[in-house]
Amino acid sequence: MEKARTNIMVCGGTGCLASESEKVMKNLQLIAKARGYADEVEIIQTGCFGFCEQGPIVKIEPDNVFYVRVGPKDAKEIIDEHIIKGRRVERLLYKEPNEDKTINKQEDMPFYKKQLRVALRNCGLINPEDIYEYIAVGGYEALGKAISEMTREEVVEAVKDSGLRGRGGGGFPTGLKWEITKKQESDVKFMICNADEGDPGAFMDRSILEGDPHSVLEAMTIGGYVIGADKGIIYIRAEYPLAISRLRTAIEQAREAGLLGKNIFGTDFSFDIDLKFGAGAFVCGEETALINSCEGKRGEPNYKPPYPAQEGYWGHPTCVNNVETFANIPPIITRGAEWYASMGTEKSKGTKVFALAGKINNVGLVEVPMGITLREIIYDIGGGIQGGRKFKAVQTGGPSGGVLTENELDTPIDYDSLRERGSMMGSGGMIVMDETDNMVNVAKFYLEFTMDESCGRCTPCRIGTKRMFELLEKISDGKGTMADIDALKQLSYMIKGSSLCGLGQTAPNPVLSTLKHFPDEYMKLIKDVDTPTNNDHAKNKVKVNA
Amino acid sequence: MKIKSLDELRKIKEESMEKVKLRQHGQGATEHIEVLIGMATCGISSGARETLNAFMKELGDENLDNVKVIPVGCIGYCHSEPTVQVNIPGETPVLYGNVKENKVHNIIEKHIKGGEPVKNMIINVDFERA
Ligand SMILES: Cc1cc2nc3c(=O)[nH]c(=O)nc-3n(C[C@H](O)[C@H](O)[C@H](O)COP(=O)(O)O)c2cc1C
Ligand code: SF4
Ligand code: FES
Ligand code: FES
Repeated sequence: MEKARTNIMVCGGTGCLASESEKVMKNLQLIAKARGYADEVEIIQTGCFGFCEQGPIVKIEPDNVFYVRVGPKDAKEIIDEHIIKGRRVERLLYKEPNEDKTINKQEDMPFYKKQLRVALRNCGLINPEDIYEYIAVGGYEALGKAISEMTREEVVEAVKDSGLRGRGGGGFPTGLKWEITKKQESDVKFMICNADEGDPGAFMDRSILEGDPHSVLEAMTIGGYVIGADKGIIYIRAEYPLAISRLRTAIEQAREAGLLGKNIFGTDFSFDIDLKFGAGAFVCGEETALINSCEGKRGEPNYKPPYPAQEGYWGHPTCVNNVETFANIPPIITRGAEWYASMGTEKSKGTKVFALAGKINNVGLVEVPMGITLREIIYDIGGGIQGGRKFKAVQTGGPSGGVLTENELDTPIDYDSLRERGSMMGSGGMIVMDETDNMVNVAKFYLEFTMDESCGRCTPCRIGTKRMFELLEKISDGKGTMADIDALKQLSYMIKGSSLCGLGQTAPNPVLSTLKHFPDEYMKLIKDVDTPTNNDHAKNKVKVNA
Repeated sequence: MKIKSLDELRKIKEESMEKVKLRQHGQGATEHIEVLIGMATCGISSGARETLNAFMKELGDENLDNVKVIPVGCIGYCHSEPTVQVNIPGETPVLYGNVKENKVHNIIEKHIKGGEPVKNMIINVDFERA
């Protein structure tokens, strides 16, 4: 018997590996072998299933059974009961929180029900270290189609028509960026993948690289063909060792198969990809800083213009795109722009991956069509707030974004409606807060982050964020006055207006946003809000403790 | 080995499908014929494992991609093990008893490929009861 009849997929994402999924897999292999089932079952390590909260995840196909929180000790029961006797191990099935119901099929779980996996299509399905599994699910067909059956113009048109916008935060139309870079007259051009992912709470890019590295390589190569580059660079932070090792394997396998390197698919197009490592600084995710860092310089942003598309890596036209942006490209080419544009809202097409974190029941990675509401994400997919507490706010867009409150739960999620409400899509970090969270502390948390991460080039950003942080500390220590609130606001507008890069330009957002939505929480901490004493009419006088 | 054309890639894709064929769930959600095999203790002791492997082998050899073989627990007819249930989308499920290895070919040929249940092996069950 050489044909496997069952596949056991064990999550090999960072989250599950941290909770011993490697051991689970080893044990499964050992026991399957000991029982004489080694040839009948194949045990595969996949990428993240998204449901990291419930990890380690083990999925069994074709039975379509989804086990959660599987420990190394459970391996024996899975083999003996499920594989040998065909009986589900009930205690490892997922149980709805607050309900006494077990669910065994992945598609029946509320967590997955409203999801639509495009960028994450292969995560948790294929073995990321096996190029043939990627090919089996349609991998590299988009590349083959693009370079042997489509002109560069046709590919650009397809990406433009799909409506895909950059997933790294800015939301710039990807097709347009490719077109601009394509139009530059230069023999040397570069395609760069931004895998810096510095947002606190975000891990979508890491999961894509760990779970489906080839999709990014394939898309970069398509992009290289379009813009006229023969070289790609993936800039990735050194703190992502698993993603780095899977990328290395993938690049090697792609080269061996002739899908990277000279004369790809027998055409005269050649393209290769190198890795460059960042030290894990938030500002290095900003594209001009990233390019400086790639060149071995300090990771500091430059003035724009010139934009990287005009003068980028070593002065050559360079297109920088985000990991998730790339992951969307292959299906756009194979399934068509129309298919992609049929998902999402009018101005935000397709899907978006969010990293759900904070006080939510189902922490994890979710991919949803644009236009879904916050309520659906938090309650239907996220399973609501931990411990049955009350929802208070959600921070989107990381340190560049702001909070959205209960009134905005029915806001459809897309680039523009988030911006209208004073927040941002950002790269997709979503941190949920409940009634016990204090908003001044939330603002302080993000400000401390940007203060630490400021590259120091601009005075308003370097010193301004520090001053803001000090003011927030003063307020949360109960020593603040109304004058401090005014100073906070003034500093905010000044820093926003006079900083060179997006880090400084958005750093005050969490403060402004929490001030706007939760002024009471600041006021509670302020002394003498509006109680002039004696003849003193000064509105915000500080009490002198004589 | 270098892949030199889209056709070559597609050929490799066909060959590689084996690897992930068992995982075609969710996304595509095409309708499959299901072959459920009772694999509880008495099933196994009367040869269900060999039956299951015979199904896997023959379906694979014939490239019948729209059929899924799923080991299940006790189906409830211990007296007629191994038991095999065939679910064709849109039709009433059919339960077979005493499906030893050598009966597999018949079921595949007549029922799965031909659409006609193999009458003499059927155990009559009222599927409405559940
Ligand atoms: C402070 C700062 C940090 C950033 N960090 C990232 C990041 O980690 N990953 C990313 O893809 N884009 C990041 N960006 C956005 C990039 O500058 C750039 O817009 C993006 O990589 C373009 O790719 P896209 O069009 O595919 O989104 C950051 C921007 C700023 C201002
Ligand atoms: S705004 Fe801040 S992070 Fe950006 S260049 Fe200026 S100092 Fe550096
Ligand atoms: S790391 Fe396993 S589900 Fe995310
Ligand atoms: S154990 Fe065989 S049918 Fe019940």
